[in-house]
Amino acid sequence: MSDAAQKKTPLYEEHLRLGAKMIPFGDWIMPVQYSGIMDEHQAVRNHVGVFDISHMGQLVASGPVTAGWLNEMLTNNIEKLEAGAGQYTFLLNEHGGIIDDLIVYRTNPEEFLLVVNASRAEEDFAWLKEHLQDGVDLRDRSAGYGGVAIQGPRVVDLFHTLLGGNIDLPARNHIVDLETTGMPITIARTGYTGEDGVEVFFRAADATEFWNTVFDQGAPLGIKPCGLGARDTLRLEMCYPLNGSDLSPEHNPIEAGLGFFVDLKKTKFIGRQTLVQAKEDGTANRLAAFRMKSKGPPPRPHYGVWLAGERIGETTSGTLSPSLNQGIGMAYVPTQHARPGTEIEIEIRGQKFPAVIEKKPLYQKT
Amino acid sequence: MNIPDDLLYTESHEWIKGEGDNIRVGITDHAQAELTDVVYVELPKIGAEAEARGQIAVVESVKAASDIYAPVKGTVVEVNKALEGNPALINTDPFGEGWIFVLKIDRADDLKQLKDAATYRQAIG
Repeated sequence: MSDAAQKKTPLYEEHLRLGAKMIPFGDWIMPVQYSGIMDEHQAVRNHVGVFDISHMGQLVASGPVTAGWLNEMLTNNIEKLEAGAGQYTFLLNEHGGIIDDLIVYRTNPEEFLLVVNASRAEEDFAWLKEHLQDGVDLRDRSAGYGGVAIQGPRVVDLFHTLLGGNIDLPARNHIVDLETTGMPITIARTGYTGEDGVEVFFRAADATEFWNTVFDQGAPLGIKPCGLGARDTLRLEMCYPLNGSDLSPEHNPIEAGLGFFVDLKKTKFIGRQTLVQAKEDGTANRLAAFRMKSKGPPPRPHYGVWLAGERIGETTSGTLSPSLNQGIGMAYVPTQHARPGTEIEIEIRGQKFPAVIEKKPLYQKT
Repeated sequence: MNIPDDLLYTESHEWIKGEGDNIRVGITDHAQAELTDVVYVELPKIGAEAEARGQIAVVESVKAASDIYAPVKGTVVEVNKALEGNPALINTDPFGEGWIFVLKIDRADDLKQLKDAATYRQAIG
């Protein structure tokens, strides 16, 4: 392990206590797994699992003109959000390339919480500061706050115990401030796994107590701590993109197949011109999902994608899907070859293995 | 952590069992615990010539692909076909059913460079 200074989340000691295997993740040291990726993956699909997401950035923007300003910074339409609602959206550069994908919540009529990727938090903050408008107060509260994602079909049962039976979880994509055992917490009904779930934010000083309360109450439900390994297999089965792998400044949301989160009816936002063009002309490449056709080595990022003897692209993500027990992945391929059913090959250590382009998501709950 | 006394070991976490002119090779209990969930094993080809510390097989977990090295110079004479259908044997029985390949070695003296159980135990702390 490198000697470089690594940031620890407020839950670091809990991870060690639970026997997690820790790995560097950007500037952070994070748990990649506890009991094993397969086991943790199944816990989330069948019961409930908990992920430390304290490394994610939390930016707060407030003031009377904030909604209008954010609408020029982000691709989705802020005006669609009533207080207490959130949406998935993109922060683009002037060329329409993706700086970050994030969720913005309207926590109050004139206040917004942006939950951003850990690896981009500083860059996002600097970019937004640079484009700041008078009358908007922007602050980075990341250092003082922690967060966990609690995901899986038993999440509602867990919170009935945690909050008492008469308090309901917020609706999908909504956020609410609550209190549990004296701690103020913010609960958002969202996630990165395809299961029902929440992301909970709290003061860093309350992190350990909240974490342990969740595990105490969740024990009868089969709750498990889950690491970055299972987070990756769960999100990839759903074809949720990972910034830095599937998304980057070299790609725009239309190419990534995420035009749904771009509102081109808005007359002004950074990167708009490129996206209008991409929508009109179509894009040369498209982010496609694929599944391996045979038992073989699992695909990984940066493997070659072949069609009819020609190298047509490179994988951006790849793993063995624990739910499907098959290799799965995503890759940018020429748009004419991105149609589901297209037979391709993935090059693994010099050998080509058959695969097929599939509809997203790759996994659907039965 | 299980580290049988009658085996030899490498720094890269292979175990070696002497069988006459041959050695049987797998990965240690420590290695399989670090990897967890082995989902694929790329076996060497029978007849392949292996250089000492040369990459010869690949063991893949959900998260990553890890190279397996030949402990000494030799020729592959046997591979564990059972791993093709059941790669998890490396997790469940690393020193037994989870063996990976057998090498016919060139020089028995080469084995003297390998670690004994006590030294390996110390190395993995």
